[in-house]
Amino acid sequence: MSGYVVNTKQEQQEMLESIGLKSMDDLYAAVPEEAKLKELNIPEGKSELEVIREMKALADKNVVYKHIFRGAGAYNHYIPAIVKSVTSKEEFLTSYTPYQAEISQGILQSIFEYQTQMCELTGLDVSNASVYDGAVAAAEAIMMVQERKRSDVLVSDCINIGTMGVIKTYCESRNINIISVKSKDFAMDLDDLKEKLNENVAGVLVQSPNFYGVIEDVEEISKISHDAGAKVIFSTNPIALALLKNAKEVDADICVAEGQSLGLPLSFGGPYLGIMTCKKELMRKLPGRIVGQTKDAKGNRCFVLTLQAREQHIRREKASSNICSNEALCAMTASVYCAAMGPDGIRQVAKNSASNAHYLAAELSKIKGFELISNKPFFNEFYMSCPRECRQIVQQLAEKGYLAGLPISNNILWCCTEMNSKAEIDEMISIIKEAL
Amino acid sequence: MKLLFELSKENRKMNLIPPCDVPEYSFDETLLRKEELRLPQISEVDLSRHYTRLAKQAHGVNDGFYPLGSCTMKYNPRIDEEAAALEGFTAIHPLQPQSTLQGALQVIYEARELLCEITGMDDMTFQPAAGAHGEYTGLLLIRKYHQSRNDTKRVNIIVPDSAHGTNPASATMAGFKVINVSSNENGGVDLEALRNAVGEDTAGLMLTNPNTLGLFDPNILEITRIVHEAGGLCYYDGANMNAIMGTVRPGDMGFDCMHLNLHKTFGTPHGGGGPGSGPVGCKEFLKKFLPKYTVSKNMDGNYYLDVAENSMGKVRSFYGNFLVVVKALTYIKSLGKEGIKEASCNAVLNANYLMNKLKGYYDVAYDQICMHEFVLSLDKMKHETGVSAMDVAKQSLDFGIHPPTMYFPLIVHEALMLEPTETESKETLDEAAEIFIEIARMAHEDPEYLHEAPHNCLIRRPDEVEAARKPILRYEFENDQ
Repeated sequence: MSGYVVNTKQEQQEMLESIGLKSMDDLYAAVPEEAKLKELNIPEGKSELEVIREMKALADKNVVYKHIFRGAGAYNHYIPAIVKSVTSKEEFLTSYTPYQAEISQGILQSIFEYQTQMCELTGLDVSNASVYDGAVAAAEAIMMVQERKRSDVLVSDCINIGTMGVIKTYCESRNINIISVKSKDFAMDLDDLKEKLNENVAGVLVQSPNFYGVIEDVEEISKISHDAGAKVIFSTNPIALALLKNAKEVDADICVAEGQSLGLPLSFGGPYLGIMTCKKELMRKLPGRIVGQTKDAKGNRCFVLTLQAREQHIRREKASSNICSNEALCAMTASVYCAAMGPDGIRQVAKNSASNAHYLAAELSKIKGFELISNKPFFNEFYMSCPRECRQIVQQLAEKGYLAGLPISNNILWCCTEMNSKAEIDEMISIIKEAL
Repeated sequence: MKLLFELSKENRKMNLIPPCDVPEYSFDETLLRKEELRLPQISEVDLSRHYTRLAKQAHGVNDGFYPLGSCTMKYNPRIDEEAAALEGFTAIHPLQPQSTLQGALQVIYEARELLCEITGMDDMTFQPAAGAHGEYTGLLLIRKYHQSRNDTKRVNIIVPDSAHGTNPASATMAGFKVINVSSNENGGVDLEALRNAVGEDTAGLMLTNPNTLGLFDPNILEITRIVHEAGGLCYYDGANMNAIMGTVRPGDMGFDCMHLNLHKTFGTPHGGGGPGSGPVGCKEFLKKFLPKYTVSKNMDGNYYLDVAENSMGKVRSFYGNFLVVVKALTYIKSLGKEGIKEASCNAVLNANYLMNKLKGYYDVAYDQICMHEFVLSLDKMKHETGVSAMDVAKQSLDFGIHPPTMYFPLIVHEALMLEPTETESKETLDEAAEIFIEIARMAHEDPEYLHEAPHNCLIRRPDEVEAARKPILRYEFENDQ
């Protein structure tokens, strides 16, 4: 029997009688007999000890790699102890969306702080309180740029595969035409972009660093796109923003990112965090919750959910999006992470990740058959050929506790973060050499 | 209270990351960020205290009674958190080889089997991140179904006027037109209006039952029959599933697909607005349209990621809010067959018990046995005393109760919607009843006092109009002003 119902059977019976009923069945008199369930066919309830044993057994069936060199949309970064300590506080964990400002200032202020940090990272004016993940953020951004006369969107063919999948689904249901922009040397082909831009194009979506790790020339892409009257959606990695040009500096209109790198564990892909910021002009098209600063009846600074005229509970079928629940606690996680790291810490994470990646690339390049496939600059991921059937090498590394880069056809997409050390990289190189 | 940015002092920091031990890489100058990065610079002590202060200004389920209607604010069991924090779940990369993810895949597979049985569905995807995301995914199943039959004229989704706001918003996102139908005098679907609304252009109906008035629609079988006979499909909004588990299943009421809110019905915490999880269940004939990926088991007992033959594609980067699914699975294993039914029965009992206690003091919008929640109408009270639903809600804050949902559903004037959930004791309900009765007395004796409520919270009522008129959506640094 479960432990979460408080009232005893006897108390339940007394409560039933106090409202003039005899049994629990009387509560369900409105349910047609023919629709009623005879018996729920699931196992009996279990004690806490039995349940945690079962869950541990499931967890133990997964392999936790000691050394991770795989990214492709999910990154193994260090999570400071303070982050988990803050986000496990039950006042944050167990509260609902902060509709009641008078008793929710703690949550509201933390979202306001998150919004500010995301504006600082990306350089844009306005942030929402989060959406489900980076891929959904990209899809929602495409919805934002739609105009009556412009309904096509150009998307670089070097964006994350998962993001592309979600964009396709969202656009198909809204009859938005996605046109793929070709790549040259694993970066957007600017000539193809120019050719495909016209008065039907509402926006251009580019990811940088892109799926293959390449840093795109987003500044030039923005210039070309804006000249044709299209908005620019810049999909990026929030850690890279500490070091590389931000959305403002490349003149993007909307910035979206997968926020998992900011303090969230890998967790088999979720919960993650969809970051969305935009220029002021697009503020009222931004989906989801937004917290604003105001004053209370006594004139003190306070925070509330605001611009709700965009949202589903007010606008119903005319809302800017259907989003209701978001990833609030993940946003708080990112906020604590950014505060703990500070500007120097996050820059250090970015530098170490990039330096480790460049060191690994250089070391691998010394082995015959490993060659960088693109000559473009990269951040912390790079795409490399492989001298042998790459799955064999990946398998041999796995046996030694190394999660190698992601195999794609016969190439490998490698990734480093600050979690990788020189000793670890050198060790991996020697395992690879032995395997060949 | 100071903001993080106001606590910041130059060069204060924590020591978190070791120096780089490989040659430092320098990017070409043209690629580098020039703009200053003004994140807070703060010590661990100050940061820790900052959030402890913020926590004191938040109200979670553990801070007191939380009868927020339609949100199912039940107790969040601690063991669920412990399970989700296991390293075997948190430290696995979504793109690891599937042979190294057997436990994670089994979590999804087991959760699917249990929840299909609880809902009467044949298959389920755990991709959607929240209820609204589930609605969107479920509606795409309906869209795909009609497309697969070349039945392109079916462009309308019927939504009752009592529905959650996400229903019509999701329908629009999924490319449908929304047709609203009115409720009858008992708060249920008006069958005549429904018959008039359906036709060759009907793609489907979205319905929550019990509805947002907390009432179980006794005509449910007739409702789904009308839609099916017109060639439409029936979508069940599982937001109110906490009322009916173990007694009646959406699949047996004639629904073809549905979503669940694991963060409501299955005890996972709301996190101040998320992350949730909105798995979508469907009947056999819709399986082939489910989003990428589903989890299957082969002859050898190994689990693998599968793609439905006519899949709608992806709705998420990876496989949904996995850790939330871990929590829900832990919860279902704990409760089991009797516990699941017991939870729903007691949710309904607690709601009726509280409603009965308040009856003489407030008008119940529809005076009949309710399900897991009920709606009061303060229309008469407002007329007599000037005290609104908002005033009563704000006054309850002074008594340490989280206010009920206000002004929803839209079809009840001055609505207050209360959902006590099954994890509250009789004493808590008795105490809450006394408080609301006291507030009713205050409304008649000193309405002015209630207009000003709350009196004892950290802040007084915020100026929401000013917030929307002159939006300040981020901290402004002094040198920016």
